[in-house]
Amino acid sequence: MPRAQLIVLQALVAVVSIALWYALTTFPVFGRPLLPPFFFSNPVEVAQQIVAWFVSGVIWKHLWVTLIEAVLAFVIGSTGGVLVGFWFARQPRTAAVFDPYVKMVNALPRVVLAPIFTLWLGLGIWSKVALGVTLVFFIVFFNVYQGVKEVSPTVLANARMLGMSERQLMRHVYWPSALSWMFSSLHTSVGFAVVGAVVGEYLGSAAGLGYLIQQAEGVFDVAGVFAGMFVLAAFVIAIDTIVTMVEKRLLVWRPLASDNRP
Amino acid sequence: MADGATAAARRTAQAAAVALDRVSVAFRLANGSLYTAVERATLNVADGEFVAIVGPTGCGKSTLLNIAAGLMPPSAGRVDIFGEPLNALNRQAGYLFQADALFPWKTALENVAIGLETAGTPSGEARERAQAWLTRVGLGSFGDRYPHMLSGGQRKRVGLAQVLIRDPKILLMDEPFGPLDAQTRQIMGNLLLDLWSADRKAVLFITHDLEEAIALSDRVVIMSAGPAARIIGDWRVKIARPRDISEVKLDAKFHELHREIWHTLKAEVIKGYEQTEGG
Repeated sequence: MPRAQLIVLQALVAVVSIALWYALTTFPVFGRPLLPPFFFSNPVEVAQQIVAWFVSGVIWKHLWVTLIEAVLAFVIGSTGGVLVGFWFARQPRTAAVFDPYVKMVNALPRVVLAPIFTLWLGLGIWSKVALGVTLVFFIVFFNVYQGVKEVSPTVLANARMLGMSERQLMRHVYWPSALSWMFSSLHTSVGFAVVGAVVGEYLGSAAGLGYLIQQAEGVFDVAGVFAGMFVLAAFVIAIDTIVTMVEKRLLVWRPLASDNRP
Repeated sequence: MADGATAAARRTAQAAAVALDRVSVAFRLANGSLYTAVERATLNVADGEFVAIVGPTGCGKSTLLNIAAGLMPPSAGRVDIFGEPLNALNRQAGYLFQADALFPWKTALENVAIGLETAGTPSGEARERAQAWLTRVGLGSFGDRYPHMLSGGQRKRVGLAQVLIRDPKILLMDEPFGPLDAQTRQIMGNLLLDLWSADRKAVLFITHDLEEAIALSDRVVIMSAGPAARIIGDWRVKIARPRDISEVKLDAKFHELHREIWHTLKAEVIKGYEQTEGG
């Protein structure tokens, strides 16, 4: 499909959805609209709310807080994941000892940890960062662990025949392999960092997009809830675009998805 | 003639580059039984000699090579490298693997340079020499390509440069051109002979292709079908060097030797097939 045509069709989906939303919440059928505006708001009000946020500038503070929380959660979580993943993969006995506990913690729905983090770390950003870290850590950890363990035996034998010491093996073989696995999960882990931040804010905070949505919901301001959702979606897409750019730069050596992994 | 492995061993016993003495390899299988891959193999590769090992699939040829490389210890027997017993990785040997062994996250140039860098050569010099080697294997302008951007034959060329840049005294090759098409194999064979003739390393070359073995080597060693594969024949190839692979195959001596060896090998190939089909 030509690119222009694709964009037109994609835009059409948005236009039709919004038009339907508008029509169903505005024009009465048999005396009242099919979707009660109280629960579904309508596109005009939502748009007005978004514009108001940006014009008054309140939104920037909340976006900034959410961004900081997500970035911190990502950085701390992936650093921990890489270190522990590496450690476990190179020390199978340690990995075996901790295995049931890792599984247990990973099986736990992370949302239930939020109240504890709030108690421990207060209503500020760190309780949200902690929640994000618990999500990001495990994704990165499992990928790095896998990446180090699944280095091709031939490549490893070759590296040893080329005279690599244990340290050089780390640097030239295990590390790049682990990183490639980590980067392949970059979209997921960055996404989860945002989820951690927003859910944390939603459950108790004083700022951030999650807080904004929660506040609106608290006063039955449905337009505010929808507006918050749209801003959040745009925010996540923006972050995802940046991740894609970073990924393209870092993984030039990887074949395209249609080829097999080396 | 097939004068037996032991006679050949005695002949070249003086400080052979690789000397395998009654080497056996056995694995413990998952069901607990013992599987003998190679039994009492004795083989000597003299310095500067090009020896090809031919045998049916699954006969333990690669196992023998891994032993010579020190990647795995033999269950019994003894391995000497230039007269010294081998207990760890064989530091004198370069190994060209059958499967892709290049580092996928390094460019062709970095792949070739790494063998020098691990030995402590400064990165700038290593890169310069790597570039020279890439040119020697005909990939001078491909230095910035990643392995997945190269064809199978090109990857083998990079692999060859990666191994040879370290100037190993022994070259171990495990069906290196196996996955390539016939034309590329011939070209790679000629390239290999060309590079080898410059400084005559000891070569142990594994292949299942008898023609390739005769065309390349000084000696062709035949292994029986596994399990408990043994060395069952050892022929000298008395065809003058330098050789051209495609022309060698027109030589009368080539055909005579081919017929003679194939006579022995055929029975083993059939046995090998029956075993793989049956089990």
